[in-house]
Amino acid sequence: MSDIILETRNLTKHYGGVHALQDATFTLRKGEHVAIMGDNGAGKSTFVRQITGVEQPTRGEIYFDGKPVHFAGPLDAREAGIEAVFQTLALADDLDVSDNLFLGREKTKFDWLGPFRLLDYKAMRQDTIAALEKTAVKIPNIRNTIQNMSGGQRQCVAIARTATFHSKLTIMDEPTAALGVQETAQVENIIRTLKEQGEPLILISHNMRQVMDLVDRIVVFRRGRICANLRKEDTDGQDVVAYITGAKTQPEYDVEDVA
Amino acid sequence: MAEITHGTGGLKYDNSKRSWPNEVNIFIALVIIVAIFEILGQVLPYMNGQSFLFDTNDRFDSIFNEARLRIIILQVAIIGIISLGVTQVIISGGIDLSSGPLVAATAMIVMSFAQTELVNGNPNPKAVFGPWAFDLPVIIPILVGLAFGAFIGSINGMFIAFTRIPPFIATLGMFLICRGIAQWWTRGQPVSFPTESYAALGAGMMPVVWFVLLAILCHVLLRYTVYGKHTYAIGSNEDAARMSGINVKRHKVMVYMIASMLAAFAAIILSSKNLTAQSGMGLFYELYAIAMAVIGGVSLTGGRGSIIGTVLGAMVFGVIQSGFTYVKLDAYFQIMAMGAIIISAVVLDKWRQQRAMMRS
Repeated sequence: MSDIILETRNLTKHYGGVHALQDATFTLRKGEHVAIMGDNGAGKSTFVRQITGVEQPTRGEIYFDGKPVHFAGPLDAREAGIEAVFQTLALADDLDVSDNLFLGREKTKFDWLGPFRLLDYKAMRQDTIAALEKTAVKIPNIRNTIQNMSGGQRQCVAIARTATFHSKLTIMDEPTAALGVQETAQVENIIRTLKEQGEPLILISHNMRQVMDLVDRIVVFRRGRICANLRKEDTDGQDVVAYITGAKTQPEYDVEDVA
Repeated sequence: MAEITHGTGGLKYDNSKRSWPNEVNIFIALVIIVAIFEILGQVLPYMNGQSFLFDTNDRFDSIFNEARLRIIILQVAIIGIISLGVTQVIISGGIDLSSGPLVAATAMIVMSFAQTELVNGNPNPKAVFGPWAFDLPVIIPILVGLAFGAFIGSINGMFIAFTRIPPFIATLGMFLICRGIAQWWTRGQPVSFPTESYAALGAGMMPVVWFVLLAILCHVLLRYTVYGKHTYAIGSNEDAARMSGINVKRHKVMVYMIASMLAAFAAIILSSKNLTAQSGMGLFYELYAIAMAVIGGVSLTGGRGSIIGTVLGAMVFGVIQSGFTYVKLDAYFQIMAMGAIIISAVVLDKWRQQRAMMRS
């Protein structure tokens, strides 16, 4: 019915007296790729933590896939279909690729055995290969432990999680911040693949070239508020920087003087 | 380097990149150690050309020195059972120092429920309880022992999981508590004269049978169940495990509980084998159990190791111990040498890790 996958209304988060996020009203349509930009401490990560269930908002509503949602923890958000790739990768070094993809959500047999139920390795490996193919992630061997992988490959494994569980929304928090040129290109290619497949994405990035290359729309955060919502066609790098630094504010978001 | 393709064109795995299982290294080490003792036997002048491994009594019915092999595996079987649990604790990123004294405490308690009324027609001179505790079915002492192990293990686990004190401290405290319980239970008196059915549990080669059965069970637990996967995950990256929705606290309690139950079972087998329980039992067992795991490639930083490795580590441990006796090394030096071997095993593990990092 509606083509809006995620909507937040007046999403607010206070840490004690610190107003980390103020009245963030944001929409994301199906298949859309949106970048969130802003200076350090502008509220980008706080915003992401609210919609991925890592933290609970002080005020405001979140609608996901048309329904209001209240995530008690990251697992709730994940089960609803929001998959986040965080800066600090949640991967276990000593486990292999498919173990990591399915960590906490293993496919099992003989479920009546409770915590001792058996792992269905075969099904998990098949799904892993399918997910890697879907995201065009290149990994030498899915039975290798993460430990011996490069930063790019690790990032790819983390991203491949999103494809494994048919998530409805992918969020990436600076996925290429720690990567080399080649690895960055690899991750960007995966993002393009997601775009082709119509998977919506929220990308947090400081890399202007990357953002201009990959997304449809840019939302700028400043001092805990959204200060601009720009279609890529209507803007350029300098313009975005002007919003980030506070030189410009879109009129419809110009509430800071009132507050 | 082989070409790696992955994606729309199908998959090609580069099998040369698959790492060589660590267990192979330990097995090779085991073979080398046996060979060294064999050579020492030939070379050392006072050994008169005795063989370490082979039967030299010119009997036709055996190739190997069966008596020695039997002693080796019998010697390591009981501590080996403890090390199966210690392996799981270390893989989860913890350590359990309480297992030795727990063996003593459990043995004292369990033996009190396994006594016979009459010894050679006379009343049992070591009776702990009244007549109600005599000649109970063997399942009762077993259940009492396992319950006591589960109780101690869950206390270990709960302190570590909920108060976040280091496992080293929590289990060191439990080490003293358990030794205290063992001494207090009968005010230092040994508990003896078990029923026949209880004595059968650890008679002859039974400890080895239990060790093998439990090793298979633990191998399946660690390798093929959700419990095992989460144990590795927690030891590897606790934050990742938590973010993936694993109940880390509950899991830790479970790991320590299982480890202590295995130690308690070892206590049952040991007291049955010895036909008596003493408060000083299990001296250094916790350290030997840790040593077997570490020699077997279980990483003290967590996340790595296996039951197969630990079983091989136990064999290495047994062979070294037996070999020292075989070359007539002074008993005092044996303990010192054991310490040196444990340190070398950890150094080797560190070195192996660094090399693995360099390769990638």
